[in-house]
Amino acid sequence: MMKLFELLIQPGSFDILLDILVVVLKIAVVIAVVMLHVAYATYFERKVIGHMQVRMGPREVGPHGLLQPVADMLKLFFKEDIIPARADKPVFYLAPVISLMAALSSLAVIPFFDGFVIADINIGLLFILAVSSLGSYGIVLSGWASNSKYSFLGGLRSMAQVISYEVAMGLSLVGVMIMAGSLNLTEIVRAQASYPAGMFAVPQVLGFFVFIVAAIAETNRAPFDLPEAESELVAGYFVEYSGMRFALFYAAEYIGMIVMGALAVTCFLGGWTVPGFVTAVLPFLEHVPGVVWFIGKLYFIIFFYYWIRATLPRYRYDQLMNIGWKILIPLALVNILITGIAKVIL
Amino acid sequence: MVELFFGYLAGAVVVLSLLVVFSRNAVHSVLWMLLMFLHMAGLYLLLNAEFLAATQVIVYAGAILVLFLFVIMLLNITEEMRLEQFTVGWPMGVSVSLGVLIAMLAALSGFRTDLKGPWSIEAVERTTHTKALGKVLYTEYMLPFEIASLVLLVAIVGAVYLAKKRLR
Repeated sequence: MMKLFELLIQPGSFDILLDILVVVLKIAVVIAVVMLHVAYATYFERKVIGHMQVRMGPREVGPHGLLQPVADMLKLFFKEDIIPARADKPVFYLAPVISLMAALSSLAVIPFFDGFVIADINIGLLFILAVSSLGSYGIVLSGWASNSKYSFLGGLRSMAQVISYEVAMGLSLVGVMIMAGSLNLTEIVRAQASYPAGMFAVPQVLGFFVFIVAAIAETNRAPFDLPEAESELVAGYFVEYSGMRFALFYAAEYIGMIVMGALAVTCFLGGWTVPGFVTAVLPFLEHVPGVVWFIGKLYFIIFFYYWIRATLPRYRYDQLMNIGWKILIPLALVNILITGIAKVIL
Repeated sequence: MVELFFGYLAGAVVVLSLLVVFSRNAVHSVLWMLLMFLHMAGLYLLLNAEFLAATQVIVYAGAILVLFLFVIMLLNITEEMRLEQFTVGWPMGVSVSLGVLIAMLAALSGFRTDLKGPWSIEAVERTTHTKALGKVLYTEYMLPFEIASLVLLVAIVGAVYLAKKRLR
Protein backbone atom coordinates (compact mmCIF):
# COMPACT_ATOMS: atom_id res chain seq x y z
CA MET A 1 0.00 0.00 0.00
CA MET A 2 2.83 2.37 0.95
CA LYS A 3 4.62 1.53 -2.27
CA LEU A 4 1.52 2.28 -4.30
CA PHE A 5 1.23 5.66 -2.58
CA GLU A 6 4.89 6.45 -3.32
CA LEU A 7 4.24 5.57 -6.95
CA LEU A 8 1.36 8.03 -7.03
CA ILE A 9 3.37 11.00 -5.72
CA GLN A 10 6.28 10.46 -8.15
CA PRO A 11 6.78 13.30 -10.67
CA GLY A 12 5.70 11.30 -13.76
CA SER A 13 2.54 9.94 -12.18
CA PHE A 14 0.49 13.08 -12.86
CA ASP A 15 0.83 12.39 -16.61
CA ILE A 16 -0.35 8.82 -16.06
CA LEU A 17 -3.40 10.04 -14.17
CA LEU A 18 -4.13 12.50 -16.99
CA ASP A 19 -3.83 9.66 -19.54
CA ILE A 20 -6.26 7.55 -17.51
CA LEU A 21 -8.69 10.48 -17.33
CA VAL A 22 -8.54 10.93 -21.12
CA VAL A 23 -9.18 7.21 -21.65
CA VAL A 24 -12.14 7.25 -19.24
CA LEU A 25 -13.61 10.24 -21.07
CA LYS A 26 -13.17 8.48 -24.43
CA ILE A 27 -14.90 5.37 -23.05
CA ALA A 28 -17.81 7.49 -21.77
CA VAL A 29 -18.21 9.22 -25.15
CA VAL A 30 -18.05 5.95 -27.13
CA ILE A 31 -20.50 4.11 -24.85
CA ALA A 32 -22.96 7.03 -24.84
CA VAL A 33 -22.88 7.36 -28.64
CA VAL A 34 -23.11 3.61 -29.23
CA MET A 35 -26.00 3.17 -26.75
CA LEU A 36 -27.92 5.95 -28.51
CA HIS A 37 -27.25 4.18 -31.80
CA VAL A 38 -28.50 0.90 -30.32
CA ALA A 39 -31.77 2.56 -29.25
CA TYR A 40 -32.36 4.06 -32.68
CA ALA A 41 -31.09 0.98 -34.55
CA THR A 42 -34.19 -0.83 -33.23
CA TYR A 43 -36.43 2.01 -34.50
CA PHE A 44 -34.60 2.12 -37.84
CA GLU A 45 -34.93 -1.65 -38.21
CA ARG A 46 -38.68 -1.59 -37.61
CA LYS A 47 -39.14 1.30 -40.02
CA VAL A 48 -36.97 -0.23 -42.78
CA ILE A 49 -38.55 -3.66 -42.53
CA GLY A 50 -41.99 -2.09 -42.28
CA HIS A 51 -41.53 -0.16 -45.49
CA MET A 52 -40.05 -3.19 -47.25
CA GLN A 53 -43.20 -5.11 -46.32
CA VAL A 54 -45.43 -2.16 -47.38
CA ARG A 55 -46.30 -1.19 -43.78
CA MET A 56 -45.60 2.07 -41.97
CA GLY A 57 -43.66 0.74 -38.96
CA PRO A 58 -43.99 2.45 -35.53
CA ARG A 59 -45.98 5.72 -35.75
CA GLU A 60 -47.77 6.20 -32.45
CA VAL A 61 -45.17 7.60 -30.01
CA GLY A 62 -43.97 11.05 -31.08
CA PRO A 63 -43.79 12.38 -34.65
CA HIS A 64 -43.30 9.45 -37.05
CA GLY A 65 -42.85 7.24 -33.96
CA LEU A 66 -39.48 8.85 -33.22
CA LEU A 67 -39.88 8.43 -29.45
CA GLN A 68 -40.65 4.69 -29.75
CA PRO A 69 -37.18 3.59 -28.43
CA VAL A 70 -37.68 5.79 -25.34
CA ALA A 71 -41.08 4.23 -24.71
CA ASP A 72 -39.63 0.73 -25.17
CA MET A 73 -36.81 1.48 -22.75
CA LEU A 74 -39.17 2.82 -20.07
CA LYS A 75 -41.39 -0.21 -20.45
CA LEU A 76 -38.46 -2.63 -20.11
CA PHE A 77 -37.19 -0.78 -17.03
CA PHE A 78 -40.45 -1.18 -15.15
CA LYS A 79 -41.20 -4.78 -16.10
CA GLU A 80 -41.07 -7.38 -13.36
CA ASP A 81 -37.81 -9.33 -13.27
CA ILE A 82 -38.89 -12.98 -13.30
CA ILE A 83 -36.46 -15.77 -12.43
CA PRO A 84 -37.60 -19.32 -13.22
CA ALA A 85 -37.82 -21.87 -10.40
CA ARG A 86 -34.75 -24.18 -10.17
CA ALA A 87 -32.72 -21.85 -12.36
CA ASP A 88 -29.01 -21.62 -11.58
CA LYS A 89 -29.29 -18.11 -10.13
CA PRO A 90 -25.68 -16.82 -10.20
CA VAL A 91 -25.18 -18.03 -13.78
CA PHE A 92 -28.64 -16.75 -14.76
CA TYR A 93 -27.71 -13.28 -13.46
CA LEU A 94 -24.25 -13.40 -15.03
CA ALA A 95 -25.17 -14.50 -18.58
CA PRO A 96 -26.62 -11.24 -19.96
CA VAL A 97 -23.77 -9.28 -18.36
CA ILE A 98 -21.19 -11.49 -20.14
CA SER A 99 -22.98 -10.92 -23.44
CA LEU A 100 -23.05 -7.17 -23.03
CA MET A 101 -19.48 -6.97 -21.70
CA ALA A 102 -18.10 -8.94 -24.64
CA ALA A 103 -19.95 -6.75 -27.13
CA LEU A 104 -18.93 -3.48 -25.49
CA SER A 105 -15.24 -4.28 -24.94
CA SER A 106 -14.74 -4.90 -28.68
CA LEU A 107 -15.40 -1.18 -29.16
CA ALA A 108 -12.13 -0.39 -27.35
CA VAL A 109 -9.89 -1.11 -30.34
CA ILE A 110 -12.00 0.29 -33.19
CA PRO A 111 -10.58 3.47 -34.75
CA PHE A 112 -13.61 5.71 -35.37
CA PHE A 113 -11.54 8.38 -37.08
CA ASP A 114 -7.87 9.26 -37.45
CA GLY A 115 -6.35 9.22 -33.98
CA PHE A 116 -9.53 8.42 -32.06
CA VAL A 117 -9.27 4.93 -30.65
CA ILE A 118 -9.57 4.03 -26.96
CA ALA A 119 -6.75 1.44 -26.99
CA ASP A 120 -4.38 1.49 -29.95
CA ILE A 121 -2.93 -2.00 -29.51
CA ASN A 122 -0.80 -4.07 -31.89
CA ILE A 123 -3.20 -7.01 -31.96
CA GLY A 124 -6.47 -5.11 -32.39
CA LEU A 125 -7.91 -7.57 -34.87
CA LEU A 126 -7.10 -10.60 -32.70
CA PHE A 127 -8.53 -8.79 -29.67
CA ILE A 128 -11.89 -8.42 -31.40
CA LEU A 129 -11.90 -12.08 -32.43
CA ALA A 130 -11.02 -13.13 -28.87
CA VAL A 131 -13.64 -10.96 -27.18
CA SER A 132 -16.40 -11.83 -29.63
CA SER A 133 -15.69 -15.52 -29.04
CA LEU A 134 -16.34 -14.87 -25.34
CA GLY A 135 -19.73 -13.41 -26.19
CA SER A 136 -21.08 -16.86 -27.02
CA TYR A 137 -20.71 -17.79 -23.34
CA GLY A 138 -23.50 -15.39 -22.45
CA ILE A 139 -25.86 -17.13 -24.87
CA VAL A 140 -24.86 -20.67 -23.93
CA LEU A 141 -25.02 -20.03 -20.20
CA SER A 142 -28.37 -18.26 -20.38
CA GLY A 143 -29.69 -21.31 -22.25
CA TRP A 144 -28.37 -23.69 -19.61
CA ALA A 145 -29.13 -21.65 -16.49
CA SER A 146 -32.78 -20.97 -17.39
CA ASN A 147 -33.63 -24.65 -16.81
CA SER A 148 -35.94 -24.65 -19.83
CA LYS A 149 -35.92 -26.91 -22.89
CA TYR A 150 -36.48 -24.08 -25.39
CA SER A 151 -33.67 -21.92 -24.13
CA PHE A 152 -31.38 -24.94 -23.78
CA LEU A 153 -31.89 -25.88 -27.42
CA GLY A 154 -31.35 -22.27 -28.44
CA GLY A 155 -28.11 -22.17 -26.45
CA LEU A 156 -26.79 -25.38 -27.99
CA ARG A 157 -27.61 -24.22 -31.52
CA SER A 158 -25.94 -20.90 -30.93
CA MET A 159 -22.81 -22.57 -29.59
CA ALA A 160 -22.41 -24.84 -32.63
CA GLN A 161 -23.15 -21.96 -34.97
CA VAL A 162 -20.72 -19.52 -33.39
CA ILE A 163 -17.88 -22.06 -33.29
CA SER A 164 -18.39 -22.97 -36.96
CA TYR A 165 -18.61 -19.43 -38.27
CA GLU A 166 -15.81 -18.10 -36.07
CA VAL A 167 -13.37 -20.23 -38.06
CA ALA A 168 -14.63 -18.83 -41.37
CA MET A 169 -14.54 -15.27 -40.03
CA GLY A 170 -10.99 -15.59 -38.69
CA LEU A 171 -9.80 -17.07 -41.98
CA SER A 172 -11.54 -14.39 -44.06
CA LEU A 173 -9.60 -11.72 -42.15
CA VAL A 174 -6.23 -13.41 -42.81
CA GLY A 175 -6.21 -11.97 -46.34
CA VAL A 176 -6.56 -8.48 -44.86
CA MET A 177 -3.73 -9.19 -42.41
CA ILE A 178 -1.49 -10.34 -45.28
CA MET A 179 -2.23 -7.28 -47.41
CA ALA A 180 -1.86 -4.78 -44.57
CA GLY A 181 1.07 -6.56 -42.89
CA SER A 182 -0.30 -5.65 -39.47
CA LEU A 183 -2.94 -6.57 -36.91
CA ASN A 184 -3.38 -2.99 -35.72
CA LEU A 185 -6.70 -1.68 -37.01
CA THR A 186 -5.41 1.88 -37.48
CA GLU A 187 -2.53 0.57 -39.61
CA ILE A 188 -4.94 -1.61 -41.59
CA VAL A 189 -6.98 1.50 -42.47
CA ARG A 190 -3.82 3.41 -43.41
CA ALA A 191 -2.59 0.49 -45.56
CA GLN A 192 -5.78 0.57 -47.62
CA ALA A 193 -5.12 4.16 -48.75
CA SER A 194 -1.94 3.00 -50.55
CA TYR A 195 -3.85 0.57 -52.79
CA PRO A 196 -5.44 1.91 -56.01
CA ALA A 197 -9.00 0.99 -55.03
CA GLY A 198 -8.62 2.69 -51.62
CA MET A 199 -10.33 -0.22 -49.85
CA PHE A 200 -9.64 -3.93 -49.38
CA ALA A 201 -13.17 -4.86 -50.43
CA VAL A 202 -12.03 -4.82 -54.09
CA PRO A 203 -8.88 -7.01 -53.99
CA GLN A 204 -10.31 -9.06 -51.09
CA VAL A 205 -13.76 -9.52 -52.60
CA LEU A 206 -13.86 -13.22 -51.62
CA GLY A 207 -12.75 -12.45 -48.07
CA PHE A 208 -15.30 -9.63 -47.86
CA PHE A 209 -18.12 -11.95 -48.92
CA VAL A 210 -17.11 -14.64 -46.41
CA PHE A 211 -16.73 -12.03 -43.67
CA ILE A 212 -20.16 -10.48 -44.23
CA VAL A 213 -21.92 -13.88 -44.21
CA ALA A 214 -19.98 -15.04 -41.14
CA ALA A 215 -20.68 -11.74 -39.35
CA ILE A 216 -24.42 -12.20 -39.84
CA ALA A 217 -24.17 -15.71 -38.41
CA GLU A 218 -21.97 -14.56 -35.50
CA THR A 219 -24.50 -11.96 -34.43
CA ASN A 220 -27.37 -14.51 -34.70
CA ARG A 221 -29.22 -12.38 -37.22
CA ALA A 222 -31.68 -13.55 -39.89
CA PRO A 223 -31.31 -15.67 -42.03
CA PHE A 224 -29.03 -17.41 -39.49
CA ASP A 225 -31.17 -16.65 -36.41
CA LEU A 226 -31.75 -20.32 -35.54
CA PRO A 227 -30.80 -19.82 -31.85
CA GLU A 228 -33.91 -17.63 -31.47
CA ALA A 229 -36.15 -19.17 -34.14
CA GLU A 230 -39.57 -17.95 -32.96
CA SER A 231 -41.63 -20.56 -34.79
CA GLU A 232 -39.90 -23.53 -33.15
CA LEU A 233 -38.11 -22.28 -30.01
CA VAL A 234 -40.46 -19.43 -28.91
CA ALA A 235 -37.51 -17.05 -28.50
CA GLY A 236 -34.56 -19.39 -28.01
CA TYR A 237 -31.93 -18.79 -25.36
CA PHE A 238 -33.51 -15.72 -23.72
CA VAL A 239 -37.07 -17.03 -23.52
CA GLU A 240 -37.01 -17.00 -19.69
CA TYR A 241 -35.56 -13.50 -19.38
CA SER A 242 -37.73 -10.47 -18.75
CA GLY A 243 -37.43 -6.77 -18.08
CA MET A 244 -33.95 -5.32 -17.73
CA ARG A 245 -32.09 -8.60 -18.27
CA PHE A 246 -33.89 -9.13 -21.57
CA ALA A 247 -32.94 -5.58 -22.53
CA LEU A 248 -29.27 -6.39 -21.85
CA PHE A 249 -29.39 -9.30 -24.33
CA TYR A 250 -31.17 -7.11 -26.83
CA ALA A 251 -28.59 -4.35 -26.46
CA ALA A 252 -25.75 -6.90 -26.75
CA GLU A 253 -27.16 -8.17 -30.05
CA TYR A 254 -27.32 -4.68 -31.54
CA ILE A 255 -23.90 -3.68 -30.21
CA GLY A 256 -22.58 -6.91 -31.76
CA MET A 257 -24.06 -5.80 -35.07
CA ILE A 258 -22.43 -2.39 -34.75
CA VAL A 259 -19.06 -3.96 -33.85
CA MET A 260 -19.18 -6.36 -36.80
CA GLY A 261 -20.23 -3.49 -39.08
CA ALA A 262 -17.40 -1.32 -37.77
CA LEU A 263 -14.94 -4.18 -38.29
CA ALA A 264 -16.15 -4.58 -41.88
CA VAL A 265 -15.73 -0.83 -42.40
CA THR A 266 -12.19 -0.71 -40.95
CA CYS A 267 -10.93 -3.92 -42.57
CA PHE A 268 -12.63 -3.85 -45.97
CA LEU A 269 -14.18 -0.45 -46.69
CA GLY A 270 -11.28 1.85 -45.80
CA GLY A 271 -12.45 3.08 -42.38
CA TRP A 272 -12.49 6.87 -42.09
CA THR A 273 -10.71 7.43 -45.45
CA VAL A 274 -12.17 8.20 -48.87
CA PRO A 275 -10.77 6.33 -51.90
CA GLY A 276 -8.22 8.42 -53.86
CA PHE A 277 -10.13 8.23 -57.15
CA VAL A 278 -13.19 9.80 -55.55
CA THR A 279 -11.33 12.83 -54.19
CA ALA A 280 -9.58 13.22 -57.57
CA VAL A 281 -12.96 13.83 -59.22
CA LEU A 282 -14.63 15.68 -56.34
CA PRO A 283 -11.81 17.43 -54.43
CA PHE A 284 -14.15 19.20 -51.95
CA LEU A 285 -14.91 15.80 -50.33
CA GLU A 286 -11.46 15.89 -48.69
CA HIS A 287 -12.80 18.45 -46.20
CA VAL A 288 -15.52 16.13 -44.90
CA PRO A 289 -14.37 14.88 -41.46
CA GLY A 290 -13.35 11.20 -41.27
CA VAL A 291 -15.96 10.29 -38.67
CA VAL A 292 -18.72 11.17 -41.17
CA TRP A 293 -17.33 8.67 -43.67
CA PHE A 294 -16.96 6.04 -40.98
CA ILE A 295 -20.52 6.45 -39.74
CA GLY A 296 -21.92 6.62 -43.27
CA LYS A 297 -20.26 3.32 -44.21
CA LEU A 298 -21.39 1.79 -40.91
CA TYR A 299 -25.02 2.85 -41.51
CA PHE A 300 -24.87 1.26 -44.95
CA ILE A 301 -23.67 -2.06 -43.50
CA ILE A 302 -26.39 -1.97 -40.83
CA PHE A 303 -29.01 -1.18 -43.48
CA PHE A 304 -27.64 -4.17 -45.40
CA TYR A 305 -28.28 -6.37 -42.34
CA TYR A 306 -31.95 -5.24 -42.29
CA TRP A 307 -32.25 -5.65 -46.03
CA ILE A 308 -31.07 -9.27 -45.80
CA ARG A 309 -33.42 -9.93 -42.90
CA ALA A 310 -36.40 -8.63 -44.88
CA THR A 311 -35.39 -10.59 -48.00
CA LEU A 312 -34.23 -14.08 -47.04
CA PRO A 313 -36.12 -16.80 -45.15
CA ARG A 314 -34.42 -18.61 -42.27
CA TYR A 315 -32.07 -21.47 -43.18
CA ARG A 316 -32.56 -25.00 -41.93
CA TYR A 317 -30.00 -26.19 -39.38
CA ASP A 318 -28.20 -28.64 -41.73
CA GLN A 319 -28.10 -25.96 -44.44
CA LEU A 320 -26.49 -23.60 -41.95
CA MET A 321 -23.76 -26.13 -41.13
CA ASN A 322 -23.21 -26.95 -44.82
CA ILE A 323 -22.81 -23.29 -45.73
CA GLY A 324 -20.34 -22.77 -42.90
CA TRP A 325 -18.11 -25.79 -43.31
CA LYS A 326 -18.43 -26.70 -47.01
CA ILE A 327 -18.67 -23.28 -48.66
CA LEU A 328 -17.36 -20.47 -46.47
CA ILE A 329 -14.27 -22.14 -44.97
CA PRO A 330 -12.97 -23.52 -48.34
CA LEU A 331 -13.67 -20.12 -49.94
CA ALA A 332 -11.73 -18.36 -47.18
CA LEU A 333 -8.81 -20.82 -47.60
CA VAL A 334 -8.75 -20.21 -51.38
CA ASN A 335 -8.73 -16.48 -50.66
CA ILE A 336 -5.71 -16.87 -48.36
CA LEU A 337 -3.90 -18.91 -51.02
CA ILE A 338 -4.56 -16.35 -53.77
CA THR A 339 -3.60 -13.42 -51.53
CA GLY A 340 -0.42 -15.19 -50.40
CA ILE A 341 0.68 -15.98 -53.97
CA ALA A 342 -0.13 -12.44 -55.11
CA LYS A 343 1.84 -11.00 -52.19
CA VAL A 344 4.90 -13.12 -53.07
CA ILE A 345 4.78 -12.36 -56.81
CA LEU A 346 4.00 -8.62 -56.66
CA MET B 1 4.01 -2.30 -10.07
CA VAL B 2 4.83 -5.34 -12.22
CA GLU B 3 5.25 -7.44 -9.09
CA LEU B 4 1.83 -6.32 -7.91
CA PHE B 5 0.18 -7.43 -11.16
CA PHE B 6 2.12 -10.67 -11.24
CA GLY B 7 1.18 -11.43 -7.64
CA TYR B 8 -2.50 -10.84 -8.35
CA LEU B 9 -2.52 -12.90 -11.58
CA ALA B 10 -0.49 -15.79 -10.18
CA GLY B 11 -2.53 -15.91 -6.97
CA ALA B 12 -5.77 -15.79 -8.92
CA VAL B 13 -4.63 -18.63 -11.19
CA VAL B 14 -3.88 -20.80 -8.14
CA VAL B 15 -7.17 -20.00 -6.39
CA LEU B 16 -9.23 -20.45 -9.56
CA SER B 17 -7.55 -23.78 -10.36
CA LEU B 18 -8.52 -25.00 -6.89
CA LEU B 19 -12.08 -23.82 -7.47
CA VAL B 20 -12.15 -25.75 -10.78
CA VAL B 21 -11.23 -28.94 -8.96
CA PHE B 22 -13.40 -28.50 -5.86
CA SER B 23 -16.55 -27.18 -7.51
CA ARG B 24 -19.35 -29.79 -7.33
CA ASN B 25 -21.17 -28.50 -10.38
CA ALA B 26 -19.35 -29.32 -13.62
CA VAL B 27 -20.66 -26.23 -15.43
CA HIS B 28 -19.40 -24.01 -12.61
CA SER B 29 -16.02 -25.78 -12.92
CA VAL B 30 -15.87 -24.82 -16.57
CA LEU B 31 -16.70 -21.21 -15.70
CA TRP B 32 -13.92 -21.03 -13.09
CA MET B 33 -11.60 -22.50 -15.71
CA LEU B 34 -12.67 -19.77 -18.14
CA LEU B 35 -11.67 -17.14 -15.57
CA MET B 36 -8.39 -18.96 -15.01
CA PHE B 37 -7.60 -18.93 -18.74
CA LEU B 38 -8.26 -15.20 -18.85
CA HIS B 39 -5.83 -14.66 -15.97
CA MET B 40 -3.24 -16.78 -17.77
CA ALA B 41 -3.69 -14.53 -20.79
CA GLY B 42 -2.96 -11.66 -18.39
CA LEU B 43 0.30 -13.38 -17.39
CA TYR B 44 1.29 -13.59 -21.08
CA LEU B 45 0.55 -9.88 -21.47
CA LEU B 46 2.85 -9.20 -18.53
CA LEU B 47 5.61 -11.00 -20.48
CA ASN B 48 5.07 -8.73 -23.55
CA ALA B 49 3.55 -11.70 -25.40
CA GLU B 50 0.35 -10.08 -26.65
CA PHE B 51 -0.09 -12.49 -29.57
CA LEU B 52 0.05 -15.49 -27.19
CA ALA B 53 -2.43 -13.78 -24.87
CA ALA B 54 -4.93 -13.27 -27.69
CA THR B 55 -4.54 -16.81 -29.02
CA GLN B 56 -4.89 -18.15 -25.50
CA VAL B 57 -8.31 -16.50 -25.26
CA ILE B 58 -9.37 -17.39 -28.83
CA VAL B 59 -8.29 -21.04 -28.74
CA TYR B 60 -8.74 -22.09 -25.12
CA ALA B 61 -11.52 -19.84 -23.86
CA GLY B 62 -13.30 -19.36 -27.16
CA ALA B 63 -13.16 -22.83 -28.69
CA ILE B 64 -11.91 -25.66 -26.44
CA LEU B 65 -13.79 -24.62 -23.31
CA VAL B 66 -16.98 -24.13 -25.33
CA LEU B 67 -16.64 -27.73 -26.50
CA PHE B 68 -16.20 -28.78 -22.84
CA LEU B 69 -19.45 -26.98 -22.03
CA PHE B 70 -21.14 -28.67 -24.97
CA VAL B 71 -20.27 -32.14 -23.72
CA ILE B 72 -21.05 -31.39 -20.07
CA MET B 73 -24.45 -29.91 -20.90
CA LEU B 74 -25.44 -32.81 -23.11
CA LEU B 75 -24.53 -35.38 -20.46
CA ASN B 76 -26.99 -35.67 -17.65
CA ILE B 77 -24.70 -35.35 -14.66
CA THR B 78 -27.16 -34.60 -11.86
CA GLU B 79 -26.58 -38.15 -10.52
CA GLU B 80 -22.83 -37.75 -10.20
CA MET B 81 -23.25 -34.47 -8.35
CA ARG B 82 -24.67 -36.39 -5.38
CA LEU B 83 -21.75 -38.83 -5.19
CA GLU B 84 -19.22 -38.16 -2.48
CA GLN B 85 -16.23 -39.13 -4.56
CA PHE B 86 -15.79 -39.08 -8.31
CA THR B 87 -12.82 -41.45 -8.57
CA VAL B 88 -11.49 -44.35 -6.50
CA GLY B 89 -7.78 -44.26 -7.29
CA TRP B 90 -7.04 -41.06 -5.38
CA PRO B 91 -4.01 -42.29 -3.30
CA MET B 92 -2.22 -42.98 -6.58
CA GLY B 93 -3.15 -39.55 -7.92
CA VAL B 94 -2.00 -37.75 -4.78
CA SER B 95 1.35 -39.54 -4.74
CA VAL B 96 2.01 -38.81 -8.42
CA SER B 97 1.17 -35.12 -8.06
CA LEU B 98 3.26 -34.85 -4.88
CA GLY B 99 6.16 -36.44 -6.79
CA VAL B 100 5.78 -33.91 -9.60
CA LEU B 101 5.63 -31.06 -7.07
CA ILE B 102 8.86 -32.26 -5.39
CA ALA B 103 10.57 -32.57 -8.78
CA MET B 104 9.50 -29.03 -9.69
CA LEU B 105 10.71 -27.61 -6.37
CA ALA B 106 14.02 -29.42 -6.82
CA ALA B 107 14.39 -27.96 -10.31
CA LEU B 108 13.81 -24.47 -8.90
CA SER B 109 17.40 -24.22 -7.62
CA GLY B 110 18.65 -24.43 -11.22
CA PHE B 111 16.59 -21.37 -12.18
CA ARG B 112 18.82 -18.68 -13.76
CA THR B 113 17.96 -15.17 -14.89
CA ASP B 114 21.35 -14.16 -16.28
CA LEU B 115 21.00 -15.97 -19.63
CA LYS B 116 20.39 -13.62 -22.55
CA GLY B 117 19.17 -14.59 -26.02
CA PRO B 118 18.80 -12.42 -29.13
CA TRP B 119 15.16 -11.64 -28.25
CA SER B 120 15.38 -9.17 -25.39
CA ILE B 121 12.30 -7.19 -24.32
CA GLU B 122 13.45 -4.21 -26.40
CA ALA B 123 13.98 -6.39 -29.50
CA VAL B 124 10.51 -7.93 -29.16
CA GLU B 125 8.92 -4.51 -28.64
CA ARG B 126 10.72 -3.12 -31.70
CA THR B 127 9.62 -5.89 -34.10
CA THR B 128 6.23 -6.42 -32.34
CA HIS B 129 5.59 -9.75 -30.70
CA THR B 130 3.51 -11.24 -33.53
CA LYS B 131 6.28 -10.73 -36.09
CA ALA B 132 9.01 -11.95 -33.73
CA LEU B 133 7.08 -15.12 -32.87
CA GLY B 134 6.34 -15.82 -36.55
CA LYS B 135 9.96 -15.39 -37.54
CA VAL B 136 11.29 -17.70 -34.85
CA LEU B 137 8.54 -20.29 -35.34
CA TYR B 138 8.87 -20.55 -39.12
CA THR B 139 12.69 -20.47 -39.34
CA GLU B 140 14.44 -21.75 -36.24
CA TYR B 141 11.70 -24.08 -34.97
CA MET B 142 10.21 -25.18 -38.29
CA LEU B 143 10.62 -28.92 -37.63
CA PRO B 144 9.00 -29.01 -34.15
CA PHE B 145 6.21 -26.83 -35.53
CA GLU B 146 5.54 -29.25 -38.39
CA ILE B 147 5.68 -32.24 -36.02
CA ALA B 148 3.08 -30.56 -33.80
CA SER B 149 0.80 -30.00 -36.78
CA LEU B 150 1.24 -33.67 -37.78
CA VAL B 151 0.13 -34.73 -34.28
CA LEU B 152 -3.00 -32.60 -34.66
CA LEU B 153 -3.64 -34.11 -38.10
CA VAL B 154 -3.48 -37.60 -36.58
CA ALA B 155 -6.05 -36.53 -33.99
CA ILE B 156 -8.35 -35.23 -36.75
CA VAL B 157 -8.02 -38.46 -38.75
CA GLY B 158 -8.86 -40.45 -35.61
CA ALA B 159 -11.94 -38.33 -34.92
CA VAL B 160 -13.17 -38.69 -38.51
CA TYR B 161 -12.63 -42.47 -38.35
CA LEU B 162 -14.60 -42.78 -35.12
CA ALA B 163 -17.43 -40.65 -36.50
CA LYS B 164 -17.65 -42.55 -39.78
CA LYS B 165 -17.41 -46.04 -38.21
CA ARG B 166 -21.08 -46.08 -37.27
CA LEU B 167 -22.22 -45.13 -40.78
CA ARG B 168 -20.64 -48.16 -42.48
